[in-house]
Amino acid sequence: MAVAAVSKYEFAAADSQDKFHGAQLLFIGWEDHLLFCAPFAFPFPPAMRFGDVVAGPMQAAFGYHPDFAQIDWAKVEWLKSGKPFAPDFDKSLAENGLRHKDVIRFRTPGLNGIKGSCS
Amino acid sequence: MDMQVAKKKLGLKERYAVMTRGLDWTPSYQKMEDIYPYMAYEGIKIHDWDKWEDPFRLTMDSYWKYQAEKERKLYAIIDAFAQNNGHLNVTDARYINTLKLFISGISPLEYVAHRGFAHAGRAFPGAGPRVACLMQSLDEIRHAQTQVHAISNYNKYYNGMHDFHHMHDRVWFLSVPKSFFDDAITAGPFEFMVSIGFSFEYVLTNLLFVPFVSGAAYNGDMGTMTFGFSAQSDEARHMTLGLEVIKFILEQDPANVPIVQRWIDKWTWRGYRVLTLVAMMMDYMLPKRTMSWKEAWEVYFEENGGALFKDLARYGITMPKCAEQIALEKDHLSHQAWSTFYNYAAAANFHTWMPDEDEMTWLSSKYPESFDKLYRPRYEFWREQAAKGNRFYSKTLPMLCQTCQIPMVFTEPGEPTKICYREVDYKGDKYHFCSDPCKQIFEHEPEKYIQAWLPVQQIYQGNCFPEGTDPTVEGFDALAAVLKYYNLENGRDNLDFDISEDKKNFAEWRGQATKNI
Ligand SMILES: [Fe+2]
Ligand SMILES: [Fe+2]
Repeated sequence: MAVAAVSKYEFAAADSQDKFHGAQLLFIGWEDHLLFCAPFAFPFPPAMRFGDVVAGPMQAAFGYHPDFAQIDWAKVEWLKSGKPFAPDFDKSLAENGLRHKDVIRFRTPGLNGIKGSCS
Repeated sequence: MDMQVAKKKLGLKERYAVMTRGLDWTPSYQKMEDIYPYMAYEGIKIHDWDKWEDPFRLTMDSYWKYQAEKERKLYAIIDAFAQNNGHLNVTDARYINTLKLFISGISPLEYVAHRGFAHAGRAFPGAGPRVACLMQSLDEIRHAQTQVHAISNYNKYYNGMHDFHHMHDRVWFLSVPKSFFDDAITAGPFEFMVSIGFSFEYVLTNLLFVPFVSGAAYNGDMGTMTFGFSAQSDEARHMTLGLEVIKFILEQDPANVPIVQRWIDKWTWRGYRVLTLVAMMMDYMLPKRTMSWKEAWEVYFEENGGALFKDLARYGITMPKCAEQIALEKDHLSHQAWSTFYNYAAAANFHTWMPDEDEMTWLSSKYPESFDKLYRPRYEFWREQAAKGNRFYSKTLPMLCQTCQIPMVFTEPGEPTKICYREVDYKGDKYHFCSDPCKQIFEHEPEKYIQAWLPVQQIYQGNCFPEGTDPTVEGFDALAAVLKYYNLENGRDNLDFDISEDKKNFAEWRGQATKNI
């Protein structure tokens, strides 16, 4: 459907990639850990190594949770737009097929939040 | 000698006719569609504006007289409140945070409502709705002014309210109410009337305005309570107008029904998402609770709204579909919202805190299905950590919903441990949503919502720092720069209530007022 308007109605998106000074947005959510109220938004260079995202910004954002230090990254299940996803930690975000405003989630089997409450 | 002839006074009815419809005329040298250019494009068909029944017979001159009298009384009470240090009579200083939420989140909407009704009134060819819109437009600017005046008494003593209008246009969570109203005023005049006049003022007003006013009454805030009572007669008029508008549009042409139904569906959901702020206010921010959010929803929407939609069934209007989803969220909404503000307490203009033991007990009793299982463990953990000096402040920005602009905190309907993710591809870009209704609203008018000023995206683009900021310098502190842009002072206006100046000052001042120290 098109918007109802009195004349031509065409505007640019307010958050297209060209506006982020070389970065692209990546959204990352941790399943069953709602102590973090929402998935996080990060601006990363597309050439950034996936493993560096995990070790740096993800550690900084999710590290407060006691479960985070327990994660066995080999067992983590990843989702991209809700579908199974197998990131290569040594490759870049772009090489892993991650584009601007993609959303990924990770599930950590056996780790279900504070007292198993999914918090 | 001249004879004294008694001037004949007009009866109420005649007077109304002369002062309202009598002011209208039919243009002779301009085309109607040039004078009223916004009447056709939304697809609403009006055949006879004279069928409009004026729901209240108030003329402008009596409007002025009546409102002036009301305002005189209101300001007398506000003055007395200020002179007697009325602010020290509130239950406890946490209550004042509801006023910060109100002045920065709601009062600026009153002002935008003023503009919206002025615009809608100008757009309608019928004299009846035009005068009704004019009056509501004036009511709304009075509401904005009287709220600012009433709450300014608190601004003298407490933090976070000093630049509410500047904040309304910038602070991350205030983009939720702001974008809601911007969406409405940028729609056509008919959609505006359905969105604000009907869905907001009629269907949802008891869940917005009333909780704040009764919250004020329960918590000893005379100033705000008086403002609320003073606005009540206006609100009654607004509700009547909202209902009359809907009935008039529906009666004019059957083709209007599906358009109006879509607007009701959209705006009930949009309004409900804004009420997330009210839900947490009711369940967490009022030291003395009035009722729980869940109870309020059941009484004011499920019961009263249910009766309303039964009444509208004869026009072919049905209960908005989203009501089913809202019912599933009512055990979770306020807790998810409060958790969000606890996460981001460093970037808000009010304080947050963890409920005390008694309050936890109250929450368990009001939310037996959800609180102890899902939210209490989270809060107890946060409380323990805070006691150890490790209070949680999330420093990474959250992902937002493209439509309601709320962080993606809501869970799948019926699955309260799974965040709800929805997405749409549009012209090569991805857009994300908190729910099916937000996604559907986007899909209907993607051209509109791709322009959304999402605070998180704007911060990452570098648009939310004070002018002259260089974000590329070593050790750049983004949060500090954003707070400066918001005109919030780190450590004073934000963070936990426990360490706040508000808490300390209130205790000291109340001590001086009640003890011999
Ligand atoms: Fe108002
Ligand atoms: Fe949403």
